[in-house]
This record gives sequence, C-alpha cells and structure tokens, in this order.
Amino acid sequence: MSDSKQIVNHVEKLALLEISPEEKDRFSEQIGKILKFVEKLNELDTTKIKPTSHILPVQNVTRRDSPVPSISRENVIKLAPEANNEFYIVPPVIQEFQEA
Amino acid sequence: MNTDFEPVIGLEVHVQLNTKTKIFCGCSTKFGLLPNTSICPVCLGYPGVLPVMNEEVVRSAVKVCLMMDFMINTYSRMDRKNYFYPDLPKGYQISQFDNPIGVKGKLSIDTDEGKKEIGITRIHIEEDAGKLIHGDGVSYVDFNRTGVPLLEIVSEPDIRSSKEAYLYLKKLKQILEYTKISDCNMEEGSLRCDANVSIRPKGQAQFGTKTEIKNLNSFKFVQKALDYEIERQMNVLKEGGTISQETRLFDSGTGKTKTMRSKEEAHDYHYFPEPDLLPIMVSEGMIKEATFSLPEKPDDKCARFEKQYGLPAYDASVLTADPSTADYYEECAKFCSNYKMISNWMMGEWLRELNERSVSAVDSPVLAKDLAGLLNMIENGKISGKIAKEIFPEMVKTGKTAEQIVQEKGLTVISDTGAIETMIKEVLGKNEKSVQDYKNGKKGVLGFLIGQVMKASKGKADPKKVNELMEKILS
Ligand SMILES: [Zn+2]
Repeated sequence: MSDSKQIVNHVEKLALLEISPEEKDRFSEQIGKILKFVEKLNELDTTKIKPTSHILPVQNVTRRDSPVPSISRENVIKLAPEANNEFYIVPPVIQEFQEA
Repeated sequence: MNTDFEPVIGLEVHVQLNTKTKIFCGCSTKFGLLPNTSICPVCLGYPGVLPVMNEEVVRSAVKVCLMMDFMINTYSRMDRKNYFYPDLPKGYQISQFDNPIGVKGKLSIDTDEGKKEIGITRIHIEEDAGKLIHGDGVSYVDFNRTGVPLLEIVSEPDIRSSKEAYLYLKKLKQILEYTKISDCNMEEGSLRCDANVSIRPKGQAQFGTKTEIKNLNSFKFVQKALDYEIERQMNVLKEGGTISQETRLFDSGTGKTKTMRSKEEAHDYHYFPEPDLLPIMVSEGMIKEATFSLPEKPDDKCARFEKQYGLPAYDASVLTADPSTADYYEECAKFCSNYKMISNWMMGEWLRELNERSVSAVDSPVLAKDLAGLLNMIENGKISGKIAKEIFPEMVKTGKTAEQIVQEKGLTVISDTGAIETMIKEVLGKNEKSVQDYKNGKKGVLGFLIGQVMKASKGKADPKKVNELMEKILS
C-alpha cells in the first residue's frame, strides 16, 4: 500500500469517518501531492531557525476571572442533532471490558 | 508480597482549579448547576470563537509550581490534543504538550524507613471535558464541566509500593489544600488519579511493561487497585506469561482491575500549537507576586508547631494535616497557654465531633476561642477534666460558652476546704478497713479512697485539693 493510502486509512479511523473506496483513491492522490509539496519545503535548511507557532511578539493575553452570563440552554440545545430538554443525546458510550 | 519483584509506580493526578470561571470563557464553574446551563459558544467549540486564558489559572499554576519546587518554564504554550469522544465538543482538548508550565518538581513523603523524595516530571495546564451519563441505549452529555481549568501533575516512576502511592497522594492533596487553589474534593471529582504500574525483578534497572489504571475515585481505591494489579502482574510473570501494555479500569465493587478493550491507534493525538492562544511567558514579576501570596508549606508548619508549641511530632503532624485545623489550633493557642492540652482536646473530643458531622475545622461547631475558654477553666481549677468532657458536647449542641453552661448547671468545682474535708471524713467513716490497710502500709488504697470522694462529689471536687487533704487527714 502506498504511503498516502496508509495515511488516508489511518485518518479515517482516527476521525471516525467512513470513506468509500473511490474517495480513498481520490484522497490518496491529493494527499500524495500535498506530501510532495511539503517535501519540497523540506529542502530548505531550517536548522538555525527556531520553531515558530506565533509570528507576532505578543504574549500573556489573559482575562479577569469574573463570570459572564452563559447562553440559554433552550437556544443552544435545539441546534444539536439530538437532545431532550436538558441533555445532548449521543449514541451509547459504554466502557467495554474483557475479563482477564 | 513476593520479595523477588518490586513494583514501579507513577501517578497522574488531575486537579480542578477553584476559579470562578472556566479556563477560556466567562461561564461559571459552580458545581451542581442544572445540566447544560453553564455553556457558551467558546466552551462548546463553535467555529469562529476566540478563547482567552483566565489569568487566575496561570497564577494558580505558578503558585503550585513554587510549592513543589518545580522549574517554571519562562516560555510555555497551549497545544491541541486531537481525539474524538462525545464529551469533547471541539474534537480536541486544549492542553500543554512540549512546553508545560513547570518541570522537575518534587515532594517528600514520610515512609516507615524515613523521608523519601518523589520526583514530579511535569505539571501542565489543560481544560476538562464534559460529563457523560449513560442511559438506556443512549448516552446523555452535560457540557457544564467542559472547559473547567485543570492542572495535571505527573510523577516520576519513583513510587515503590501502594502504601507510598497513598502517602504521595495524601501529601499532594495537603499541599494543594494549603495553596487553596482547589477544593480537592474527590467525590465531586475535583481531584482525580490514574496510576501507571509495572513490576521488575529486584535489582534490575530496566522497567517492565506497564499498565495504566483508571477510575480511581479515592485514595483507598488507588491503594487497593495497585495491590490487586501488582499481584496480578506477578502471577502472570510467574506463570511464564507477558504483561501487555494496556489501560485497565478499577472496579471498586470487586476490587479488581479489568482490561478496557483498547482501540488500536488510539494514542495518536496529532498535537500541535493552539493557534488561538498566545504563549505564556512567566516573568520574574509574576513569580514574585505569587511568592508573596504563598502559604507556609505544610512540612515547615509542622516543624514550627513542634518547636513553638513544644508539641510531640505526632501531634504536630495531625494538627497541620490540613490548613484549617492548623489555623484553629493557633487561634486556640492565642487564648490558652497549655498547648499540649489544646492538642489533646483537638485530637480527641474536638476531632470526634467534626468527624461525626463530617465537617472541616472551618465549620467547627465550637469556636476556637470558646474551646480555649473551656480549657482555661480546667487550667484555673474551676472545673475538672471530667466535667469539661460533659460540658463540651453541650457547647457543640447549644453554641454556648463553657462559662455559661457551668453557671447554668452549677458545675463549678468544689474547692472549699471545709466542704471537701466533710466529704473525706464521711468516706473514711464508711471505709474503715481501707483506712486500716493504708495505715498498715498499703498505700495503694489511697487512689480508691480519693475515687470515692470524687464520686461522692459527683466529680465536682477539685482533685488536687482532695489529694492534698486526704493525705493530711490520714497521716
Ligand atoms: Zn463557556
């Protein structure tokens, strides 16, 4: 299996997606192109450059610890695919055990 | 335990901070609100929102770092930890990965073999997830807890027994309580623990394969789960098997740990720097400010109690176990100078009352100054210790002072010489044989005779005076 095909399979599992075989072929080709481009970037010598996650010299942006009103439950919860008056409802999540 | 093997244990503790608001938004963190009423677009992870760090979270983290001798990173950063779970609305948890707020901390525990230092690998800031409630065929999600600030404290694998694990957790909790940055309430989940454990032949440097135990809701459970897991691993190895690296859940009902069916590739979190949050640069100024507000460390307080109040080491450690008990003691000591008597009473009657009500010292039904008042009455010979023990529960019940109760019930000690002499003579008259024995050299009966006088006075006679007068009359 090609590298990019493996990546697609891996991400499919991680992201809990279901990808059809046709889509897989298409995505592998696209990811292959992206990887090639990144490889091109790798040609640049960056050994003397510090990894950067923010380009602006701004730090310690914080807020006061004072409460502000939350939003109304009715308004938010109705946006969920499934909910009752109080809770969001999701497929059952059960911790599965093996006796060992 | 088999002596050929030794356990190697590391603990991961999550501490919920007691800030008023969540880590990145102004939603309240109050416990017990109606489900999904403390939520907003930020903590629900709606697109386009901007999280902003709560300044109190950084302040609390720095304080904890200072209390446990961490090296504080001057540059630290939030990262995204990506995974899918229904209690995680964004599809990632904002945490810290390679630049945590602090590294290389330590704390010391008192083992039977003396003090032992346990290293702490790292401490980092992160957000909590929501709560899942399992129903019939579906699960319900409450996002109130989503975005509540946490500190994760990861120990080095320096712990060698379940007892040491217990002591480490107790010490950690004590320090956090002193720092006053968390409620440390295990029932409400503000303190949670996971344990990593492996075993290896004694003398071997290399670690064995470890398992991770989750679902440890109390310190006792941690100890039990570790005992079970160590035993289990030893049996596997003895039978020639191998330990598989896995996550196991502790079942407090059976006292056993069970394999959690693990998904392959589960631990691939694709960490990357959180683009919405700016780096945290802890400055000298911030450290100074935090240092000023730090409490006395529990070990220092314990040593000071021994020295300043002349208490035995055991008393000092019980009285400084939590900060509010220590404060209560010192408040009493302002009003009563018999420091050992305060200690005896607090560890006896007082602690018993608190435990019965399951309240902490802050909610003591008797004020420190009133307990001191009661003890001063014993000191001044106004009441006997026995009477004091009868008065104390009354104080608890009614909130009255000892003075008030003594007056109302006429409990003052009889120290009038004439009255006591009359009682002694009466007792001696009724116990001629004992008197004879005493005169024949059986001095042991003195205690009995004094007891009789105390009984006749219903415990109200001043025992010192009774002793004095009795010896005088008998001689
Ligand atoms: Zn919110």
